[in-house]
Amino acid sequence: MSAPLLVVDALSKSFGGVHALRDVSFTVTPGETVAIIGPNGAGKTTCFNVIHGELAPDRGDVRFDGRTLLRKPPHAIAHRGVGRTFQVAATFASMTVRESVALALVARERHDRAAVASMLTTRSAAIDALLVRLRIDDLADAHCAALAYGDAKRLELAMALALTPRLLLMDEPTAGMTPRSRRDLMELATGLAERDNVAVLFTEHDMDIVFGFADRVLVLDRGALIAQGAPADIKADPRVKAVYLGLDEPVAHR
Amino acid sequence: MSAASLAAQLLNGLASASSLFVISAGLTLIFGVTRIVNFAHGSLYMIGAYVAYSAGTALGAYADSPLAFWWAALLAALAVGCIGALIERLLLRRLYSAPELLQLTATFGVVLIVRDATLALFGAEDRLGPRVEGLDGVVQWFGRAIPQYDVFLLIVGPVVLIALTLLMRRTRFGLLVRAASENRILASALGIDERKLFTTVFALGAFLAGLAGALTLPREPANLGMDLAVIADAFVVTVLGGLGSIPGAFVAAIVIGVTKALCIAAGNVSIGGATIAMPKITLVIEFIVMALVLLVRPSGLFGTPQAPPATTTVPLERALIARPTRRHALAAVALAVVAVLLPLAGDEYALVLSIDILIAALFTASLRLISGIGGITSFGHAAYFGIGAYASALAASHHYPFVAALVLAPAAASVAALGFGALCVRLSGIYLAMLTLAFAQIVWSIALQWDAVTGGSNGITGVWPPDALANRTRFYYFVLCTVTAGLVALAVTAFTPFGYALRGSRDSPLRAAASGIDVRARRIKALVLAGGFAGLAGGLYAYSKGGTAPDALAIPRSVDALVMMLLGGQTALFGPLLGAAAFTWLQDALARATEYWRAGVGVIILLIVSVFPFGIGGAASAWLPRLLRASR
Repeated sequence: MSAPLLVVDALSKSFGGVHALRDVSFTVTPGETVAIIGPNGAGKTTCFNVIHGELAPDRGDVRFDGRTLLRKPPHAIAHRGVGRTFQVAATFASMTVRESVALALVARERHDRAAVASMLTTRSAAIDALLVRLRIDDLADAHCAALAYGDAKRLELAMALALTPRLLLMDEPTAGMTPRSRRDLMELATGLAERDNVAVLFTEHDMDIVFGFADRVLVLDRGALIAQGAPADIKADPRVKAVYLGLDEPVAHR
Repeated sequence: MSAASLAAQLLNGLASASSLFVISAGLTLIFGVTRIVNFAHGSLYMIGAYVAYSAGTALGAYADSPLAFWWAALLAALAVGCIGALIERLLLRRLYSAPELLQLTATFGVVLIVRDATLALFGAEDRLGPRVEGLDGVVQWFGRAIPQYDVFLLIVGPVVLIALTLLMRRTRFGLLVRAASENRILASALGIDERKLFTTVFALGAFLAGLAGALTLPREPANLGMDLAVIADAFVVTVLGGLGSIPGAFVAAIVIGVTKALCIAAGNVSIGGATIAMPKITLVIEFIVMALVLLVRPSGLFGTPQAPPATTTVPLERALIARPTRRHALAAVALAVVAVLLPLAGDEYALVLSIDILIAALFTASLRLISGIGGITSFGHAAYFGIGAYASALAASHHYPFVAALVLAPAAASVAALGFGALCVRLSGIYLAMLTLAFAQIVWSIALQWDAVTGGSNGITGVWPPDALANRTRFYYFVLCTVTAGLVALAVTAFTPFGYALRGSRDSPLRAAASGIDVRARRIKALVLAGGFAGLAGGLYAYSKGGTAPDALAIPRSVDALVMMLLGGQTALFGPLLGAAAFTWLQDALARATEYWRAGVGVIILLIVSVFPFGIGGAASAWLPRLLRASR
């Protein structure tokens, strides 16, 4: 097993009296797909926000490729190679799909003449490649604000991939999508993990997706990491069952 | 300064704080529920003063009752409350879902209309109110005579605070108001009649403004300048206290009142050899207090932070920024031909007007970069225009060559924008808009007060272009070339990686940062660029007018820029030019036709926001293709 790419070390974060994260530690290695599950309010999104620099933790450290990410603004973390999609798909409402992808591609580059040219024309092989890869090439000139939710999610992933990330954070990537497009999107993400050795960390409520695609599963409950392991072990873990039966039924067979 | 004079000034400051609180309480109440920042609140205050004056005079003459003033004050407050309800139902009701930029601009339209209506009804002279029977004596305080009326005012503030607190905590109405302030959607889901509540709240806020106006009458005469003078103070108080917080407004009013009193008591202070007249810079001081507090507490003293939305929902029509097409290029060529041939018409006046239009277009385009594309609502863009104008004028009066003086304009404005941006860019939305206003007011009062350098209210005169450009036609061509270059540069900027990154940062700051865009750096860069082009427009303005005066950076000029931007349409490629041309021409025509041109401008503003929210440029780009298709 190779050295971990992401090391989350004893993270704690509370809001007022609520402990959103309590002493959470885990690692993710390149090429690995890891799911974080847990009932609503378990701290999944807080965990993502701390890793991605939107929130500062009270205690603990996040290291990426051996260097800490703490006190780095989100855009600097993006430059280090961490891509992210959000729970509620965030797209650029005033742009077309093609413009958004073009912007995401130049954002990581220096603003040289080629970047200016590529924005002025919004035509390049890299843009087309990403559009095709996410199967949104037929929507290239559609307006982001008018996209169906599933397409917005795919566009968001395209923008995250434009960074050529080494770690991809996806917060509920398939929420609000049809079952078919859920599997498509996840196949794409995990294919990336295998092909380009990208680490993928995602949260998910759909247990079919979690157990179908994750190499490893982390279980959060009220801010604490109560279990982690291979999907089969997690499925059988009595503590996990208790958490879910007590609070939130896993949506395994709908 | 003696202890006695300090005590007297403190008392005076607290009395002012009291009436300032009454105005601000209404403003903050209205904001809390409707999320509208009401520029016209100062106008309601002014109406209160004038109505109280008329009613007091009439009642005094009719009954000679000792209670005449009190009846007049009550009558004024009630009348203003009714006017407020009317404004809410006729105008604001249409604007609740509009962007805050449109809302603020619309209420400024009301300011202009009320100003001219008051002028028409009461004339331009100040109106001093009646004596207040029973409170026209003095009391002794630390050996000084203090008007009894000031002591009365001192009590009014806390009484209103207690009354409002009881109203909010103990009544069903208060419960509804608090529910709606907390969560509007939830409140309406619970079956609260939003429309009725909004009207009532607006009427209550207006009532308070009218009351404050009436109660001010015995201290200072009703005059036409009191609307904008008080709104600046009231904005500072509400923002400092935290928008929507009544106790916050109370504390902030006291902070501002005491700070002002201390400044007046301090007299002339000499720092490092320079003498600063502290009483003259109270306006600067209060804005500095506000800016400092906002830097530490971005939502004011008692305000609750509002999380920025993950994605701004933009109306579809507004969102699309048209990429230049061949049709745009043809239109540009046609415009250029007309512009180049214009001097052949031999109409001197057309040239003067065209120079004004060109300068206004550059000013507007620079605002569009930060507001229309960057999403930074600026209510103080005139600051950069004025700084540019003053920089050029000062340089010219020190015999700098023309080119150097003109280059200095954008340079000085950019530096100012950099300073402002570095301090304020982490704020957003309405708080940032208020800070832009504050910054402009600070610069304005410096220009007004620093006689030795800026020439005070007279400004700087005798600034003329060199002999080579002294001929009007030549100067026109010079302005045409400079402005065209500026407009093209600004238009192209929107489609560079920087322009797209700026738009992305506006559309979704979260997504932009996750894509590796440094949102703050882009915003600062936009401010610097926009400030620079506004400064260049200001420099040209100084040379075209032969100088500059403080009105180059007063609030109305900032609003002019907003109106021109909205009129032209924020997304239309030729928006700034169209808006500047239409507005400058209309304003000129109105000013020549009637004394009441301000009201005309106000009506134009209201028309834009209610009929053409996307501006004439937006309307044109929506209708032209359809017309063309239909004619084929």
